[in-house]
Amino acid sequence: MSASASLNPPRSAHEVRRVIVSKVGWTACGLALLLVIAPLLDIVGVVTFNGLAAFSVNLFTKTTTGAANGLLNAMEGTLVITLFAMFIAVPIGIGAGIHLSEYGKNRLGSAIRFLSDVLTGTPSIVLGYFSFIVFIIGFGWGFSLTAAAITIAILIIPYLARISELALQQVPTSMREAAYALGGTDSTVVFKVVLPAASAGVITGTLLGLAISVGETAPLIYTAGWSDYVWDGRFTHAPVAYLTYVIWTFIDQPDPHSHALAYAAAFFVMLVVLAINIGVRLVVRRQKFE
Amino acid sequence: MIPAALVAVILFLVVYSGQAMIFNGLHFVTNINWNLGDLYSDPVTVNGISIPSGASYGILVFVVGTLATSGIAILIAVPLSVGAAICLAEAVPHRIRPVLSMLVELVAVVPSVVFGLWGIAVLIPIIGHYISPTGNGYGLLAASIVLALMITPIIASTLLDALMQVPKENRESAFALGATHFEVVSKAMMPMVRTTLIGGIVLALGRALGETMAVLMVSGGGINILPTSLFSPISTIASFIVSQLDSAQSDPTNMSVRTLAELALVLFLITLAVNAAAKLLTSGAFNVRKRQS
Repeated sequence: MSASASLNPPRSAHEVRRVIVSKVGWTACGLALLLVIAPLLDIVGVVTFNGLAAFSVNLFTKTTTGAANGLLNAMEGTLVITLFAMFIAVPIGIGAGIHLSEYGKNRLGSAIRFLSDVLTGTPSIVLGYFSFIVFIIGFGWGFSLTAAAITIAILIIPYLARISELALQQVPTSMREAAYALGGTDSTVVFKVVLPAASAGVITGTLLGLAISVGETAPLIYTAGWSDYVWDGRFTHAPVAYLTYVIWTFIDQPDPHSHALAYAAAFFVMLVVLAINIGVRLVVRRQKFE
Repeated sequence: MIPAALVAVILFLVVYSGQAMIFNGLHFVTNINWNLGDLYSDPVTVNGISIPSGASYGILVFVVGTLATSGIAILIAVPLSVGAAICLAEAVPHRIRPVLSMLVELVAVVPSVVFGLWGIAVLIPIIGHYISPTGNGYGLLAASIVLALMITPIIASTLLDALMQVPKENRESAFALGATHFEVVSKAMMPMVRTTLIGGIVLALGRALGETMAVLMVSGGGINILPTSLFSPISTIASFIVSQLDSAQSDPTNMSVRTLAELALVLFLITLAVNAAAKLLTSGAFNVRKRQS
C-alpha cells in the first residue's frame, strides 16, 4: 500500500490481479449463461425449421403406413391418451390437493406429501415398466389405451396434487371463516368458496400436467404400443399410436421421408408443450404484479 | 391414492421380480454379461426355476453406464449452471432478467425425445466430426452432454432462488469492505448458498439417473462391455429397459421380463436414495423456499 493520499493511487499488482480475476469471472459466467440458452434456441430453431419444411395437408389427413404418409393416427392417439389420462388424474389430483391443504396439517398429511414427492422423483420408465407387468401381463389387457392413460395419470397426479395444494393454501383463511359463519358445511365451504377462489392455480396445474403427458415417451412405449390406424374405440387389446413414438423411432430410419415425419411430430409436441408453459408463466407473472 | 399407487409400484415390482432375484442372486450386480439364452430350445430348470438354457443376467454394465453418464453430466452442468445463475442474479439488467430466467426454465420442459432428436441431428455429427477419434458420435460423451443440458435448469433455478434471498446487508457489507462485484458474489454470497447448491445438484442427479429417451437415442446402446473411453457406446439402466422390450417378450419363461423388473427396482431404489438426500439437504438449508412448480 502506498502512503501517499492522492485521489487516483496507482493500482498495486495485487489489485490488478483482483480486477483481472473479476473480469475473467464475469466473462465465464456470461459464457455459461449463453451456453445454457443457446442449445434451447438451437433446438427450437432446428425443430421448427425442419418441422415446417415437412408440413403438408397429408400430415393431418393420412395415417402412417410403415414410416411414411401422415400423422393422423399419432395425433389422434396422443390426444385420446392425454384426454383419458386427464380424465383420471384431474379428480384424484385435485382431490388429493384439497385433502392436503384443508386437512393435511398432521402426520398423515406430511406422509402423503413425502410419498408424492417420491412419486414425482420416480423415473417415468419405472412407472411404465410397472404398468407393463401389472396391466399388460398381469391383467392381460395387451398394449392398450387404458394402460397408457392410467400410467400417464399416475405420473401427473403428484404434480396436480402439489400445485392445487399450493393454490388452495393461498386462499385467505378469513374467506373460509366467513363461509362457515354463514352456516356452510365442510363440503360447501371447500367446493363453493375455496375451490372457485383457487381456480386459476388449479387450472395452471392441470395445464402443466397436460404438457407433461403430451411430451412423455418412456412410460408409453411399454403400455401404448404402436398402431398404424386411428384409435378404434376399444379400451383394451388395441394398441394406440402417439406422437413421441414417431420422433424416436422414425429418426433412426434411413430415408428422409421418415425424418421429415419425426421432425413434424417433434414440432407439434414442442409447440404444445412450450405454448402451455410460456402461457402459464406469463399469466402467473402478471398476477404477481397486479 | 398417491400412497396406494406408490406402494403398488414397489409391491408389484418386488413380487414380480422375486423369482429373478432368487435366480440372479448377488452375482447380478457384478456380472457384465447380459445373455437372454437360447430362446428356441426347451427351457432348463435351475433351483426349481425354469429359465432359457444358457441365460445369464448381469447388470454391472448398465449400473456403470448410468453412474458414468450422470457423473459426467453433473461435471459439465455444475459450472454451467453456477455461472448462469450468478449471471442472472447479478449481472443481467432487471428488465430482461425475467425473460432470460424463463428461457432457462423452459430448457427443463422440453420433452426428452426432442432433446434426443436434437442430439441425433446436431450434437452427434459435431462430436463425430470434430472430437471423436473414431468418427462415431454416439456414446458416453454425447449422452452426458445431452443429460447435462437437461439438468442445468434444475441446478440454475434452485441456485438463482437462493442467491436472490441472500440478505442485502451481507452484499452491502462486502461492498463496503472494498470487494469487487465479482468478489462479493463469489466470496460473500456463494458460501451462504452452498447447501442449497449441493441440494440442487443432488436433485439434478436424481433426474439424470432416471432419464430415458434422450440417453437411449444418443448413447449407442452398448451391452456386455464396460465403457473404456468417452466415446464408447453405453447403456444406462433406463435406456436398456426400453431397448429390451421386444427381446424380453419373446422369452417363453418370462425370466428376462422378471429380471428387467428387478432392474427397474434397482433404478427406483437408486433414485429414491438420491432424492431423499436432496430433500434433506434442501429442507434444512438456509431460508430457501421450495419452487412452486
